[in-house]
Amino acid sequence: MSLRGELTGEGVNPPVLQIKHGAVAYDRPVLRDVNLTVRSGEVVAVLGANGSGKSTMIRAGLGLVPLAEGRVELFGVPLRRFRDRQRIGYVPQRLGAGGGVPATVGEVVSSGRLARRGFPGLPRTGDRQAVARALAAVDLTDRMHDPVASLSGGQQQRTLIARALAGEPDLLVLDEPTAGVDAKSQEAFAQALRDFVRHGGTVLLVAHELGPLQPVITRAVVVHDGVIAHDGAVPHPAGHHAEPGHDHVHPHAPQDPPSIWGRE
Amino acid sequence: MNVNLIEIMSLPFMQRALLGALITGLIAPSLGIYLVQRRMSLIGDGIGHIALTGVGVGLLTGTSPVLTAIIVSALGAVAVELIRERGRTSGDIALAILFYGGIAGGVFLVGLAPGKGSANLTSYLFGSLLTTSATDLITIAILGACVLVVTVGLRPWLFAICQDEEYAKVSGLPVRTLNLLLAVMTAVTVTVAMRSVGLLLVSALMVVPVAAAQLVSRGFGGTMTLAMLGGVISAGAGILMSAGYDTAPGATIVLAAIALFILVAAVGAALRRRRRADNGPAAACDPPECVLDS
Repeated sequence: MSLRGELTGEGVNPPVLQIKHGAVAYDRPVLRDVNLTVRSGEVVAVLGANGSGKSTMIRAGLGLVPLAEGRVELFGVPLRRFRDRQRIGYVPQRLGAGGGVPATVGEVVSSGRLARRGFPGLPRTGDRQAVARALAAVDLTDRMHDPVASLSGGQQQRTLIARALAGEPDLLVLDEPTAGVDAKSQEAFAQALRDFVRHGGTVLLVAHELGPLQPVITRAVVVHDGVIAHDGAVPHPAGHHAEPGHDHVHPHAPQDPPSIWGRE
Repeated sequence: MNVNLIEIMSLPFMQRALLGALITGLIAPSLGIYLVQRRMSLIGDGIGHIALTGVGVGLLTGTSPVLTAIIVSALGAVAVELIRERGRTSGDIALAILFYGGIAGGVFLVGLAPGKGSANLTSYLFGSLLTTSATDLITIAILGACVLVVTVGLRPWLFAICQDEEYAKVSGLPVRTLNLLLAVMTAVTVTVAMRSVGLLLVSALMVVPVAAAQLVSRGFGGTMTLAMLGGVISAGAGILMSAGYDTAPGATIVLAAIALFILVAAVGAALRRRRRADNGPAAACDPPECVLDS
């Protein structure tokens, strides 16, 4: 599974996901002239306030939101011609309730394997093993036969990560994976992410705050008001933001100009 | 029940009716579960409305109403799918126009047909199991088998697109093809069920057994199996009751399905209450941190 394009002279890895001059508009512009390049082996965190356009940016990168302008390339191939979709593992913010029809953790995670299974066809031993490995990676093996609705929010989030891992992707794209997730799940998630990166995976994730993920992140992109305000080192929270136990309570609306963290 | 049930059920036309009903009871929930999962429980009803126009076309042109009903309702189902795909709020109005246009068009065309009769229309609206011929039964069996091949054979894929369509798109599944296939199979199921429960009650047999099954099951596969079992039981019980009381088979089947739902709900609630009593208050100490409301 070689990436298109070799390592360049400077030792820079080939791009896995690129957005060039991307613009998205619904009723009003949401993203304006956004340029983002994620290279193989990177762990990129997209930060920003609610409504800054950070989720829209990665959704546009996956082709879920149409670009008004600009273009997207995945693994060096323009989005429209990109066929190797099993190389992408997408983790949405939450799982829909599915109209009340119950589904087990195993069923949901197995659906992440379909991209690799070929259509139609029966699961082979390798497929079952991949599902089992994905469940083990997020520490949910013992919950395989439980309905997802009986799980905690953090466990449901881990189920979605396992679903993405079951397809053995090269790129993992996660939309707010840590929002409202308990500490134990955050730790299990950080560990799963570390393992994924160690085996050569690339990660793009949207986050409101990084928490235990901070050491894994190699680069941070801050989106503010539809444009990229920062692209580089992970910004360190300033002042009492940095204190352990700071819980992001802002009793009065911030009047100060938006910092690198955007308006919170 | 003052009539000898065994005697009635030994009549060939009753046996054909029973067989036709059982097939419908088996396939309707196997398709309906996907509609329920998508929160589109009432779509089957709408497709049933559209199928009536197909029946009208068949009666008017002298072709088989089953064939024309399948074609017209499949076109309607594809239109519904395209409207759903756009996801616009105006889609709601578009569906209403499509559905009421369908039923009005059907009544209108049946009126134009030679040898018109309101009895004819009623048989399509509320089913006409007792007049099922051997040929009808073969048609029902073949169409039913087609539906089962898709709903059971492609279950992992259909589950994936109905559970999380965006995820399915990102991971490269043939979402559009599967959606259209599901739409066409909805139309086929409606046409099969037209004979047994009628176009106005089709949706009940697609949805009610699923609603009953999901009260007690833990997973999607289990829900599907139980729903199909529930559909078959409702169809069988409905036919026997309708023979005993001389009532309309279609309506009796639907009432049997609803009775089954109430029974399952009551038994399920009683079991849960007992389990909680057995475990005592200690069970309350380990609640999940957060549960999705479903």
